[in-house]
Amino acid sequence: MALLDVRKLTKSYGETQALSDVSFQISKGEFVSVIGPSGSGKTTLIRCVNRLIEPSAGEIVFDGKEMTALRGPELRRERARIGMIFQHYNLVYRLTVIENVLHGRLGYKGAIKGVFSMYDEQEKRHALEILELLGLGELVYRRCDMLSGGQKQRVGIARALVQNPRIILCDEPISSLDPSSARIIMDYLLKIRTEMGITMVVNLHQIDVARKYSSRILGFNKGTLVFDGPSDQLSQQKIYEIYGAEAGELIND
Amino acid sequence: MNSSTIDMQTPSDFFRYRNVMLRIFLAILIALTLLSAWHTELKVGTFFTALPRVASWIFAHVVPDAAAWSRFPSMLEKLVETIFLSIMATTTAAVTAFLFAIMGSQCTRINGFFAIASRAVASVSRNIPIAAWALIFLVTFGMSAFTGYLALFFASFGFLTRAFIETIDEASDSQVEALRATGASYPHIIAQAVIPASIPQMISWVLYMVETNIRDATLVGLLTGSGIGFLFDLYYKTQQYKSASLVVILLVIVVMTIEFLSNHVRRKIL
Amino acid sequence: MSTVDYNRWTGKIAIRRLTTSQAWLYSVLVVLSSATVYGFLVLDTKGVGLIDAATRTIEYFGLMFGSPRGVPSHFGVFNDSTAALFLASFNLVLQTLSLAFLSTLLGGVIALVLGLFGAKNLTGPRTSNAIKGLMALIRAVPTVLWVLIFAIGAGLGAVAAVIGMSFHTIGYLLKAYSESFEEIDEGVIEALRASGASWLHIVSQAVLPSSITQILSWTFLRFEINFAVAVAMGAAAGAGGIGYNMFISAGYFFDIREIGFITYQILVIAILLEVVATRLKKRYRLAS
Repeated sequence: MALLDVRKLTKSYGETQALSDVSFQISKGEFVSVIGPSGSGKTTLIRCVNRLIEPSAGEIVFDGKEMTALRGPELRRERARIGMIFQHYNLVYRLTVIENVLHGRLGYKGAIKGVFSMYDEQEKRHALEILELLGLGELVYRRCDMLSGGQKQRVGIARALVQNPRIILCDEPISSLDPSSARIIMDYLLKIRTEMGITMVVNLHQIDVARKYSSRILGFNKGTLVFDGPSDQLSQQKIYEIYGAEAGELIND
Repeated sequence: MNSSTIDMQTPSDFFRYRNVMLRIFLAILIALTLLSAWHTELKVGTFFTALPRVASWIFAHVVPDAAAWSRFPSMLEKLVETIFLSIMATTTAAVTAFLFAIMGSQCTRINGFFAIASRAVASVSRNIPIAAWALIFLVTFGMSAFTGYLALFFASFGFLTRAFIETIDEASDSQVEALRATGASYPHIIAQAVIPASIPQMISWVLYMVETNIRDATLVGLLTGSGIGFLFDLYYKTQQYKSASLVVILLVIVVMTIEFLSNHVRRKIL
Repeated sequence: MSTVDYNRWTGKIAIRRLTTSQAWLYSVLVVLSSATVYGFLVLDTKGVGLIDAATRTIEYFGLMFGSPRGVPSHFGVFNDSTAALFLASFNLVLQTLSLAFLSTLLGGVIALVLGLFGAKNLTGPRTSNAIKGLMALIRAVPTVLWVLIFAIGAGLGAVAAVIGMSFHTIGYLLKAYSESFEEIDEGVIEALRASGASWLHIVSQAVLPSSITQILSWTFLRFEINFAVAVAMGAAAGAGGIGYNMFISAGYFFDIREIGFITYQILVIAILLEVVATRLKKRYRLAS
């Protein structure tokens, strides 16, 4: 059975359709890149999965649960099993690295314990292990506004990992980074997929990166899914369909 | 707007246009000034006679005499009362304003109705001038420090709610999204993202409000018979000007000290 | 394993280290909240209990906002015409607006002159700092005291109010204006200076034209504040206008319904001014 099953997903803002009638399935362990020009619906799609954005119509079945039907605590419990990584890292900059990482545990916590940062020793040790794994072992107590972009994004990854997620959604994880930091981040994402078996769905702007790292690519244009297939089947013709007039510049890169 | 007219405009046309606008603007300004002066029965001559008189008055009364110094202890007492009143009004207003700001902010609001309601309450509270609040509570509770407290509270509450809403909107939008994605609950998001991200800026507003409130407490005290404002009024009305000016000097020292302290703290926490 | 701190008392893994900025933050919170608690313990409430106070507040708010009405004779109207009453009280509101306008104008003109001398890029840092220090001193004295001090020289009334109110206006606008001036591209001024332009030319050809919209917007923001100040000066320093009538309603007639009648009028004007001010702030990105 598919881990994520999206059926006829539609999202409209008044007149404009951000997503129209999108259907696809993702199996456990896949590394899927989602590509398309800005405004093609990539961001909306990824945020509909964990319901940061409410879909207008359609179904999203994650691990056998219908996401669109969930409310309150049930929704929180499912969100806890879906990690998310953001373009602008979305860290609380005045808190330390480990505090930000432990935010990933909030989905499993009651009100009082979460509010007063009462994390278990086991949770803290898990967080420390993950930080070590991501090469942040020396920066545990550093305030996040003192970190470089690449380090911030690794904190973002650690926060997602500490959730023990089944899937990680990445929204343009490398768009704010310089090329070498970007490569490091993508390598970590790949490592997480291969070593921990966590499914990856990554919004990307760069076609070459998508081709290099992912097993499968979804291409969007104006809210419609126009390509769904293995990375090596993404032909120039398809790229043109996805990016339209923008395509020329992208291919020349 | 349409580029063709700009292209065709010569520099001299442009300057002529600017000069015409400037003249119209100045004409309106002068008309409004005359109208206002007439309406408030402003005696323009007094303007020029007042300044030298006040200057010589200040020189004559700036050094306190023995009578003024003998009242120093009671001034100090009222000054302390005023400082405490300002702090109390600010902190309690800040706590209330924080709750309203959370409901009113785009990124933490519970629903549209509460958001509009909390913004409306804050707007009314802020747009009623502090002097009006003082008079409202004067009728309700008579002359007392409590009346002064309530007036300061309501004015501060309205101001701080708006300031806090802006702070929360600016500081915590993306973090709130990230925490929602981890499955954090509403109280978690407030405690773990909104408060840490916005508290230094909010404290900065609170310190600013304490400063403002000490000045405003003087006004409120004058109207409600409490604190240092009452004392100034008393000396002023009985023409004990050297005592009145000692009150002003003390107030200046207190306000500037607090301003200095809060600037120092602000540099440390921001 | 990485270097980890343990809590001194519980022996658990620590998740933060106390930084100086946090220490300052906590100290401020502790000082302010203990001052508040102490303040309430010694607050003179004249025997009014909390519940009593709350019920009375609600009752009076109900009267004030629920059934406002003005007594015509208090506004110099001696017939039953509602229109005449509203006209009379609106006239008083206009008087308050006039006070605000005049003091904003006076303060604005002085601030503009001082601002041109005070901006760091137009004169040296010494003049700039001297002016800023003087302003801090002026701002430390509450407006109501300035007005009362000037009333000694000019008598209670509009003149004292306008002069007194202009002091804080100068302080506020001077800061705003000089920041607007300091935003001006250094290169433009340098270029003009190199071409042999005099100080007056630089000001009139480069500085004022490029900051005029900001200057006008800031001036309006102060006008909005000065409206509230003018109400206060009417009430507390005999400056006339609607504030004075409110003071009479409260201090002599103890008439909460008439206060409501006046409050509504002030509120309407204040909210209108605030709406315009907020638009200007957003449009020209004026940071308060």
